[in-house]
Amino acid sequence: MNSAIEIMMILLVLSDMALLGLSRLRTCISIVSFQGMLLGVLALTMQLSAITPRLILIAAASFIIKGFIFPFLLRRGIREAGAQYEIEPFVGYIMSVIAGLAMLGISFWLGAKLPLFAANTLLIPAALTTLFTGLFLIIARKNALNQCLGYIIMENGIYTFGIVSVAEIPLLVELGILLDVFVAVFVMGIAIYHINREFDHLDSDRLNILKG
Amino acid sequence: MPIASIINICLGLLLAPLLLGIINKTKAFFAGRTGQPLFQAYLDIIKQLRKGVVYSQTTSLIFRAGPVIGLASVLIALAIVPLGGVAAPLAFSGDLLIFAYILGLMRFFTVLAALDTGSSFEGMGASREVLFSALAEPALLIGLAAIARETHAMSLSQMLPAVSFLSPEVVLVTVALLIVYLCENARIPFDDPNTHLELTMIHEVMVLDHSGPDFAFILYGSALKLWVLGLVIIGIVFPASSGSFWFISVISAIGGLFFLAVIVGIIESTMARLRLIRIPQLLVAAGSLSLFAFILVLR
Amino acid sequence: MSFLITSLAIIVAGGLLSLIFYKSHRFSTAFGAGAAVLGCIIGIVPAVQIIYYGNTETLKLAWDIPLGSFFLQLDPLAAFFLMPIFVLSALVAIYGKEYLRAYREKKLLGISWFFFNLLVASMAMVCLAANTILFLVSWEIMALSSFFLVAFEYEKEDVRKASWTYMIASYLGTACLLPMFLILGTGSNFLDFDNFLKNISPRTADICFILALIGFGTKAGIIPFHVWLPVAHPVAPSPVSALMSGVMIKTGIYGLVRTLTFLGMPPLWWGVLLLVIGIVSGVLGVLFALAQHDLKRLLAYHSIENIGIIAMGIGVGLIGWSTGMPVVAALGFAGGLLHVVNHALFKGLLFLGAGSVFHSVHTLEIDHLGGLIKKMPATGFTFLIGAVAISGLPPLNGFVSEFIIYIAAFSGAIKMDIYPAMFLVSAIAGLALIGGLAAACFTKAFGIVFLGEPRTQEAQKARESSRWMTAPMMGLAAACILIGFLGPLLLPFMSPVTGTILSNPHSAEIQKAADYLLYVTAGSVVFLVLVAVIAGLRSRLLSGRTVGKALTWDCGYAAPTARMQYTASSFAQPVIELFQFFLRTKKHLTIPDTYFPSAANFESHTPDIGREHLYKPVFTGINKFFLRMKIVQEGRMHIYVLYIVITLLVLLFWYMR
Repeated sequence: MNSAIEIMMILLVLSDMALLGLSRLRTCISIVSFQGMLLGVLALTMQLSAITPRLILIAAASFIIKGFIFPFLLRRGIREAGAQYEIEPFVGYIMSVIAGLAMLGISFWLGAKLPLFAANTLLIPAALTTLFTGLFLIIARKNALNQCLGYIIMENGIYTFGIVSVAEIPLLVELGILLDVFVAVFVMGIAIYHINREFDHLDSDRLNILKG
Repeated sequence: MPIASIINICLGLLLAPLLLGIINKTKAFFAGRTGQPLFQAYLDIIKQLRKGVVYSQTTSLIFRAGPVIGLASVLIALAIVPLGGVAAPLAFSGDLLIFAYILGLMRFFTVLAALDTGSSFEGMGASREVLFSALAEPALLIGLAAIARETHAMSLSQMLPAVSFLSPEVVLVTVALLIVYLCENARIPFDDPNTHLELTMIHEVMVLDHSGPDFAFILYGSALKLWVLGLVIIGIVFPASSGSFWFISVISAIGGLFFLAVIVGIIESTMARLRLIRIPQLLVAAGSLSLFAFILVLR
Repeated sequence: MSFLITSLAIIVAGGLLSLIFYKSHRFSTAFGAGAAVLGCIIGIVPAVQIIYYGNTETLKLAWDIPLGSFFLQLDPLAAFFLMPIFVLSALVAIYGKEYLRAYREKKLLGISWFFFNLLVASMAMVCLAANTILFLVSWEIMALSSFFLVAFEYEKEDVRKASWTYMIASYLGTACLLPMFLILGTGSNFLDFDNFLKNISPRTADICFILALIGFGTKAGIIPFHVWLPVAHPVAPSPVSALMSGVMIKTGIYGLVRTLTFLGMPPLWWGVLLLVIGIVSGVLGVLFALAQHDLKRLLAYHSIENIGIIAMGIGVGLIGWSTGMPVVAALGFAGGLLHVVNHALFKGLLFLGAGSVFHSVHTLEIDHLGGLIKKMPATGFTFLIGAVAISGLPPLNGFVSEFIIYIAAFSGAIKMDIYPAMFLVSAIAGLALIGGLAAACFTKAFGIVFLGEPRTQEAQKARESSRWMTAPMMGLAAACILIGFLGPLLLPFMSPVTGTILSNPHSAEIQKAADYLLYVTAGSVVFLVLVAVIAGLRSRLLSGRTVGKALTWDCGYAAPTARMQYTASSFAQPVIELFQFFLRTKKHLTIPDTYFPSAANFESHTPDIGREHLYKPVFTGINKFFLRMKIVQEGRMHIYVLYIVITLLVLLFWYMR
C-alpha cells in the first residue's frame, strides 16, 4: 500500500514538473485534470481499511469536479479566447524546470523540519512542491488561464497536505473548500471571457494599462 | 570469467550493425513498406571498405584522423560495458567516467574533422552537436550517480547487474537515459537520420565529406555506439545473473537490445523531429528526471 | 635550501644585469633569459627532492624589519607549487627570447627582462615565505612586476586602462589579506606562520576564511572577483600572459590552501561555499569564453573556468574533511592540486600557441584566421594537444585530475548523508556541464583558427615560428601527454602534499585511486594501439586504390570564398542563445534591405557580467556618494582656514570640558 502511495506521489511531482515545462495550454489543462483524478484516488487509498460511503462520496465529488468540470470550463474559456499557447512568460521554460527542482529540494528540507507523523514518506514534499508550483505559475506566467491553473494546482497541494495531516477530513470542511474553489474558477472563467472580449487578448501583464 | 567477456565483445562487434537493420525494418513496417534488408548495414560497410577515397584540398591530417579516433574510442567503450551480468574486460571503479569521456573524445574529433572541411554545412551541424552533447552529459552522469548510490558501486560491471528491478527510481533513470540515448545517437526527436537537407541535419552533415574506408569506419562506429549505449539501458532494466547460467542472461540481454531497437524504431515512426529551440528543454527535462531519481534514492 | 637561495639569487641578478645593460637588447635578453632558465633549473632540484622524500626544510634568519623575520619554509605543499612555477618560467623565458625580438627596435627590453625575473623570483618567494611580512612583501613585488609587464605596450590606451584595472583589483584583494594575517597573528611577536593562533574560535576562523577567499580569490580569479583577468591577459605580451595565467593566479590558490592549514578543522559550509563558487566560476567562465572572438580573451576566461574546477576540487576536499570521509577529503584535494599543475602546463601551452599565431599573423581575431595548421604545423599540433587536454578528455592530463575529483565526488555521493550528497551530485553535474562546454569552446577555438581555409590575406601569409618558440610548446605538450599516461605513478607523490593540509597523508586512499588510474592508462595504451591498427588497416586498404583530391562540397555554389565558412560567433551561437540570461550579448547588425546582396554587417559584443553588474554599480555608487561630499571642497582658501580654525576650537573645547 505504501508503494502505491509513493508511486502516486512521484506521478504528482512529475506532473508538476511537466506543468512547469510545457507551453501548450490544452496539455496543461489535461495534466491538471489528471492531477485531480489522482488525488481523488489517493483519498480512497489512504483510508483503504475504513471505507465508508461518505468517503466514497467525497472522493467521487472531488474526482468529478477536478477531473472533468474544471477542465471543461477552462477549455471552454480558451476556446472563446482562441489562445493556444502561452505567450512569452516572465521566466523561461528551462529556468522554470530548474526552479521546480529547487522547490522540490526546499520541500524535502521543509518536510524534514516540520513535526508531522508522515515525515518519512514522499507525501509532505510532494504536497509542498505542488503548492509552490501553483504559486510559481501564478507569479511567472502571463496568460490569465495559466494563473487560473496555478490556483487549482495550489488547491491540489493544500488538499494533499490536508490528507496527510488530518486523519479524516470532516465533510463540511472539504465541501467548503471545494465550493470555494468551484466559485473561484467559475468567476475566473467569466472574468477570462470578459477580459478577452474587452481587450482581445488574455495577457494579464498588459492589464497594467488600467493603472490610473 | 574472461572467456565470457571476450565472447561478449565478439558478439558486440558482430551484431552491432544488426541494430541499424532492426530500426530501419521497424520504421518500414510502420510506413507500410518492405524496407531495406535486415543486414543492409553490413553490406553498406563492406561496400564502402572496398572503395577508394576522395579528400578535399582544404582538409589536413585532422580530417584523416577523425574517423580512426572515433572508431578506436567506441571500441574502448565496448570493452568497458558489461553484457548480461558478465563483467567487462576493462572494468574498474570509475570506469563510467571513461565511458562518458571517451565518447566525448569521439565527438571532439568528429567535430574537428567537420570543421576541417571549411564547409558551412558541417560547421552548422557541429555547432548544434556540441551544445546538445554538453547538455546531455550531466543527465547521463547524474543518472549513473543515482544508480551508483543505489548499488554502492562505482564500476559499470558492478552497478548494472545489481540494480533493483523496476523501482520508481530505476524507471525515472531509464526514461532519462533513453532520452540521452536518442540524443547521442542522433535519432528522432533530436535529428533525422534520413533527412538530406543540410539545414536540418546535425549528425549526418558532420560526416558529409567522408568517403570510402573512412565512411565505413564512421558507419560501423555509429552502430557500435548504438550497441554500447543500449547495453547500459538494458543493463539497468533487465535483471542479470552471472554464474553457470551466464549464457542465458547474455541471450536475454541481446534480446532486450533488439527490443530497444524496435522501440527506437517506433519512436522514430510516431514522432517528428523537434524544433531546435525545444531540444535543450527536452535535455534539461532528462537531467531533471535524473536528479529527481537521485533525490528519491537519497531517502 | 641553499639551492633555492642560489637559484633566486641568480634570477634576480640576471634581472639586474639585464637592467644595467638595457641599451643593448642582445645582452639584456641573454642575461635576463639565461639567468631565468639557469635559476629555474637549479631551483627545481630541491622542489622535486622535497616531494620525493616528503620532508620539510627551513631557513630562519633575523631581519631588521619590525615583526618580520627572514623565515623560509619548504614543505611539500610549497614544493608542489614551486614545480610549475620553475618549469613554466624556464620554458616561457626561452620562448620570450624569440618573441620579444620583434619588439627590439621599439622597446627597451632590458626593463622587461628585469621585471620578468623579478616576477619569477617573487612568485617563488611567495611560496617559500613563512613570515607574514615576507609573504606580503613578495606578494606586492609580484603584483607590481606583473603590472609593469602587462603595461608593456603602454602607448596604447586600452593597455593603460587594462593595467589600471589589474592594479586596482589586485590592491583591493590585498587589502583583505592584511587584516586576516593580523587576526591570525595576534599576540605573537614575529608574525611567523608557525606562531599563528592554534585554537581559534569558530567565529574568527569564519572571518579569516571569508577574508582569505576574497583576498586570494581576487588573485586567483574566481567569480565575482575575476574582472581583471579578461582585460589584463589579452593586452599583455603572450609569454607574460602564459606565465600569469599559468602560475601567477595559482599563487592565489596556494595562499588559500595555506590559510586552510592555519585554520584547522573546517565547518561544512566552507566546503559548500567553495564548491558553489567553483561551479559558478566554472560554468560562467566557459560560457563567457564561448562568447569571445579574441583568442587571448577566450583563453583568459578559460583560466577562470579552470580555477573554478580547482576550487571545486578543494571544496569537495573540504566537505570530505568536515564530514570525516578520508577518501573524499584526500582525493578532492589531490585532484584540485593536481589540476593546478595540469592547468599550468596546458594553459601555458595554449597561450604560447596564441602568441605564436600573433607573432606570425599579427591579429588574434578568431574570425580573421583560419587554415593555419597547414602553414604552422608545430603550433597547430601542440595547440591541439593543449585543446584536448583542457577539455578534460582521455588520455591526457586534464582527464586525470578531473577523474580524481569525480572519484572523490562519486564516493561522497554514494556514502554521505542527504545534504552533503546533494552538493556532491551538483559537483558531478557541474563538472559534466563544464567539460561539455569546454569541448565546445575548444573545438571552436582550434577549428576556426587552425582548420579550414584562411579567411584574410594576413592569415594566408602565415609562417611557422622559429624553433626557439616551438620547442617550449612541444616540451609542454610532451609533459601533458606524459602526465596523462604516467598518472598512476605520479599520484602517490601527492600524499605528502595532502598530508600537509589534512595532517594525515591518507596514502592508502590515494594509492587506491592510483590503482584506478592504472586501468585508465591501460585503456589509453590500448586506445593508441587501436588507433595505430585502424590507421594501418586503412592504408593497407587504400594502397592499391585511387586517393582523389577535390574541393569541399559546396552545394553547387559557383564561387565559394573563404569568408563563407562558418565563423566563430556562428559556431557558438546556439549556446549563447540558450544562456542569454547570463551572457547578455549585444548585437549590432545592418541587414541588406534590397533584393540583391549588398553590404551587410554583424558585430557581437559580450560585456563581462561581473564588471557590469557588480563592480560598475558599486564604484558608481561610491563615486556618487563622494560627489555629494564635494560641497566641502569649496576651493577658496578662506573656507579652508575657517575649517582649520573650527577644528582647533572644537578640540580646545573638548579638551577643556
